Amino acid sequence: MSDPIRFLLGRTPVEIADADPTTTVLEWLRGPARRCGTKEGCAEGDCGACTVVLVEPDGAGGTSARTVNSCIQFLPTLDGKQVLTVEDLKAEDGTPHPVQRAMIETHAAQCGFCTPGFVMSLYHLHRTHKGQTPPGRETLDRALGGNLCRCTGYRPILDAGAKMFETPAQPDPRDADLPARLASLARGKGLAYRARDKVFLAPRTRAELAAALAAHPGARILSGGTDLGLEVTKAHKNIPALIHLGEVAELKRIVRTATHLELGAGVTWTRAFPALTELWPQLDELLARFAGPPIRNAGTLGGNVANASPIGDSPPVFLALDADIELFGPNGSRTLKLADFFLAYRKTALAPGEIVAGLRVPLPRPETKFAAYKVSKRFDDDISAVCGVFAIDMAANGTIAGARLAYGGMAAIPKRAARAEAALVGAPWTREAVLRAGEALAGDFAPLSDMRASAAYRAKVAANLLIRFHHETAGTGVATRVIAYG
Amino acid sequence: MADRPAPAIADPTFEPVGKSARHDSALLHVTGEATYIDDIAAPADTLETYCLLSPKAHAKIKSIDLSAVRAAPGVRAAICWTDIPGRNDVGPIFAGEPILAAGTVEYIGQPVVAIAADTVKQARAAAARAEIVYEDLPAILTIEAAMAAQSFVAKPAQMARGDVDAALAASPNVVSGEFANGAQDHFYLEGHIALAVPLEDGQMRVHSSTQHPTEVQKMVAGCLNLSANQVTVEMRRMGGGFGGKETQPAIFACIAALLARRTGRAVKYRVDRDDDFMISGKRHDFRVRYKVGFDGEGRLLALDIEYAARAGHVADLSTSIVDRALFHTTNVYYVPAVRARGYACKTNTQSNTAFRGFGGPQGLLAAEHVIDRVARHLGLDPLDVRKRNFFGPAPRDLTHYGQTVEDFVADRLVDELAADVDYAARRRAIDAFNAANPVLKKGMALCATAFGISFTATWFNQAGALVHVYTDGSIALNHGGTEMGQGLHVKIAQIVAHEFGVALERVRIQATDTGKVPNTSATAASAGSDLNGQAARRAAAEIKQRLAQFVAGLWGVSEETVVFAAGEVRAGTHTLKFEDAVAKAYMARVPLSATGFYATPKIHWDRARMWGRPFYYYAYGAAYCEATIDTLTGEYRIDRAEILHDAGRSLNPAIDLGQVEGGFVQGMGWVTSEEIWFDGDGRLRTHAPSTYKIPVARDLPPVFRARLWRHGENREDNIHRSKAVGEPPLTLAVAPFLALQDAVAAAVPGPAPVLTAPATPERVLMTIEKARAQ
Repeated sequence: MSDPIRFLLGRTPVEIADADPTTTVLEWLRGPARRCGTKEGCAEGDCGACTVVLVEPDGAGGTSARTVNSCIQFLPTLDGKQVLTVEDLKAEDGTPHPVQRAMIETHAAQCGFCTPGFVMSLYHLHRTHKGQTPPGRETLDRALGGNLCRCTGYRPILDAGAKMFETPAQPDPRDADLPARLASLARGKGLAYRARDKVFLAPRTRAELAAALAAHPGARILSGGTDLGLEVTKAHKNIPALIHLGEVAELKRIVRTATHLELGAGVTWTRAFPALTELWPQLDELLARFAGPPIRNAGTLGGNVANASPIGDSPPVFLALDADIELFGPNGSRTLKLADFFLAYRKTALAPGEIVAGLRVPLPRPETKFAAYKVSKRFDDDISAVCGVFAIDMAANGTIAGARLAYGGMAAIPKRAARAEAALVGAPWTREAVLRAGEALAGDFAPLSDMRASAAYRAKVAANLLIRFHHETAGTGVATRVIAYG
Repeated sequence: MADRPAPAIADPTFEPVGKSARHDSALLHVTGEATYIDDIAAPADTLETYCLLSPKAHAKIKSIDLSAVRAAPGVRAAICWTDIPGRNDVGPIFAGEPILAAGTVEYIGQPVVAIAADTVKQARAAAARAEIVYEDLPAILTIEAAMAAQSFVAKPAQMARGDVDAALAASPNVVSGEFANGAQDHFYLEGHIALAVPLEDGQMRVHSSTQHPTEVQKMVAGCLNLSANQVTVEMRRMGGGFGGKETQPAIFACIAALLARRTGRAVKYRVDRDDDFMISGKRHDFRVRYKVGFDGEGRLLALDIEYAARAGHVADLSTSIVDRALFHTTNVYYVPAVRARGYACKTNTQSNTAFRGFGGPQGLLAAEHVIDRVARHLGLDPLDVRKRNFFGPAPRDLTHYGQTVEDFVADRLVDELAADVDYAARRRAIDAFNAANPVLKKGMALCATAFGISFTATWFNQAGALVHVYTDGSIALNHGGTEMGQGLHVKIAQIVAHEFGVALERVRIQATDTGKVPNTSATAASAGSDLNGQAARRAAAEIKQRLAQFVAGLWGVSEETVVFAAGEVRAGTHTLKFEDAVAKAYMARVPLSATGFYATPKIHWDRARMWGRPFYYYAYGAAYCEATIDTLTGEYRIDRAEILHDAGRSLNPAIDLGQVEGGFVQGMGWVTSEEIWFDGDGRLRTHAPSTYKIPVARDLPPVFRARLWRHGENREDNIHRSKAVGEPPLTLAVAPFLALQDAVAAAVPGPAPVLTAPATPERVLMTIEKARAQ
């Protein structure tokens, strides 16, 4: 038996029963749906020309909206949602949306190819922006971090982003009954979609998930799809079975206990961001530089960790925060120190059929100094040349009691710098100690040279980030940032 | 595409020239209704294409067997070079530039086999079944290796004036050095695409995302063994071009057309982003070596400079691009003795091509590096040294290629901008900041640029247009230029509406079509509105004159008294609405369609002697930039950019400002975060936005002010006294680059280390580290 995929395309209900489950939303929009306004610029979620808005129940009787890159989202992930494309924005009588009007008035489109993506990102900001005053440059930069324009140089687009608020957002009368319409699409049991000899399962509970994992031991696990999508669009792989974690409610929980912050593996980066920065405001820049909004709206904590990429930005964060990782499989759960999870290049402690269920992060302690740094060619939406996340616990006597120096981009796995940590422990928090730790890094890492950075640069930056950490936490008063996020 | 009434936010005017009319497709752009080639409703059985690309930088094809490919599901045709009925050559200047690799592969990414199938997925899957045996040949992968092997795509060029050796020997100061600037991918958001539709009697209609429909027509005809009149090429709009669609579209269009011929079906060839990067050429990277002689106040006396550019595996436009680097090697400065040599290096990499500025930015950046070094050598402020070297009254007005600079305004732009930003105060503030900050360092630069306008291949400086007036008074406009987002169409429509004295909305711009305006030049060299604008005006003027003659007869007045204004035709007390005059003229059998033609006057160029007047005029600009660098990571920010640009009397200030801002930011990307990186095998490893980083919104400097110069006016009789504005602003990227160089200099005591481009964070940090280690 196969369930059809059911969703709203704009305001029109759609049922799909015969599409390959790895068809991307973009392929479907531009193909069978003949909605050609949404463009393909890169097919990897890095240019934003394909940006669309997904609207789904917020669990409180209303709806919530987010942008995603339709080029790497698989069609069955639309099940139960509304997808809005650039064609949906004009009013019934053909009047352009305030976003569209602002873009016209500021001359914000030249070739026009990236424009639908910018329109959708700005539309999302327009409809979700809270606060009485229009957003400033920082908010706009963040909202547009996942959209590339090659013609305008961005000034007129940023102007449009301010100007559109001259007309405040109004609920669209066409969506008055949207919560009810989405509720009618809700399923009691998770989507089980089969077509073209492929299967796509979207369990809704841990129990359903366990059953799915047991029934399809060879299935690929789909979380936000921001990496797995590329296996289809870039590596052109055939994926016969997918188990989607995005509908498992228990995996989307964010809970703060007396001792820990517990984050489900299915929590998107957009949702994790405020929960993390509330406790560790030092993470704000790193998280703002972590991909672009449409990717953060889809990509999940579990995906970023399970992926075990040596250049992922969250593993160093959670290593430095001394997090535990919870694994879940047909045989139940188990918990590991995150440091024991990464075994070798893209190899983890996950057993067959097991998934990452969540992370448990000890709450911050006053004696810990903490910082997170990312270094890349471009500030926003780039992959780190080096990511360094540092935590040192100070003893009452002013010496360092414990150190966790975690790096990305320096080894085949995200890794702590054991020798550098050892060089710090027991020492006072001085420049001399930092320089010694920096020298010890040479024994911890032998980084690679590639298109992002040379080995020599990576090694130098890894050591220099410790110097920056010292300046920023030891009260040297030395300015260290060329850019102030936030 | 649906015709639609102009939206309500229009601002109709009867004298549209000089007004900030919005882009003619603005509403279609923001609603997603603008049709690009991939959006055209193609015939139902249209096939899709995938090409198998060379995995080798240089190898002989020993054998090629496509039988398994052809037997694969969905495959309708698979071809290699031996299957091409006509010429396997898309060389725009020199012959020998294959569509499909002919016996030898010359770079990793070169198309070898083209496959048409029902879906691109089937074509791609089938490609894996091709059996090709290669025999490796030695590859030349770098400029250094090519120079060592004297491997060039054409004879080296030299532009010289004066006795450089003697002048160097007599110079009180001589500095020599080496500089480099990087390649740049165009990163048009719409990648290469063509849709070929076979027609009756062997004819072919091609939709090509091209800046040069006539060249695509010629190349498609060539490969199919057709005459030009059997091929038509249509181009409504590109999703960006930037020079990357000047010559490069031919390969994609020819492959689609060859497969369409083979199958008798429409064939679309749309490459994905990675294949676009792997197949097509980029901006040339250059290695520059120089010796400069100067006096104690920094006045340049002699410049001996050598440019080595990575041309790639074939010539394409490389010789002209290197020439333009040589033209701009003194930028806005008079140098008494110059010897500039240019080498177009043959390497086993993508064939580098036109990119906004066409070698000019590379030459200019080197020139500004040289003058910056001269200033630093003498411990003088670079701006003072720049001003001392500006072109001036004779004899300081003669370039090293024989052209007299008659329209110099860079000095005025610099003075105005320096006063505006309070240059001296900013210098003091930055010096104070640097004294107080051990980790962060700031730098600044104010420079001017000049960019010569005209194709240096003189014959390209011609254009045609076709204007129809219909009996309802609506006007259809065709011209040879193509729209890639630069706003060319709306500017030309403004010119035509202005000529007829009618509202802009009355003029509809139609797709560029080789069947309507023939033998066009590429929309390139910034000359789109200069050339096509004049041609369109002449076509409109021709019809206007016929209408004037007609109504003069009707009213019994002299033709000279007839005026076209405010949507009316008037003479004395007589008035007719434009559409009524047209309707009456039709009934009187007055022809209401005309062509117009324009050829740029005054220019001449003797390439054998490298002497003449290649440019009709120069476009000027000036920019002031500040940067802050982090000496721990090399990360930096361009904090401030202030731009003053001369667009002459702007045809459309909003559109022109868009070109200035967009060109500047694109240039800033070229000198900062955009890095083209090959591995040791010659495989391009930066081939998508995940690895190749163009500027994003945050990279726009927090203080960013760009203005068109209010005194701008073209002293030549260019269309409405405007100036070309496509490429010149990109050259202003010298300012952010030199601001970074200034900050790097502040980070190290003693002689300033040389920063090269692109100034990635890594290059900034390692330049400082290397100097500190010395």
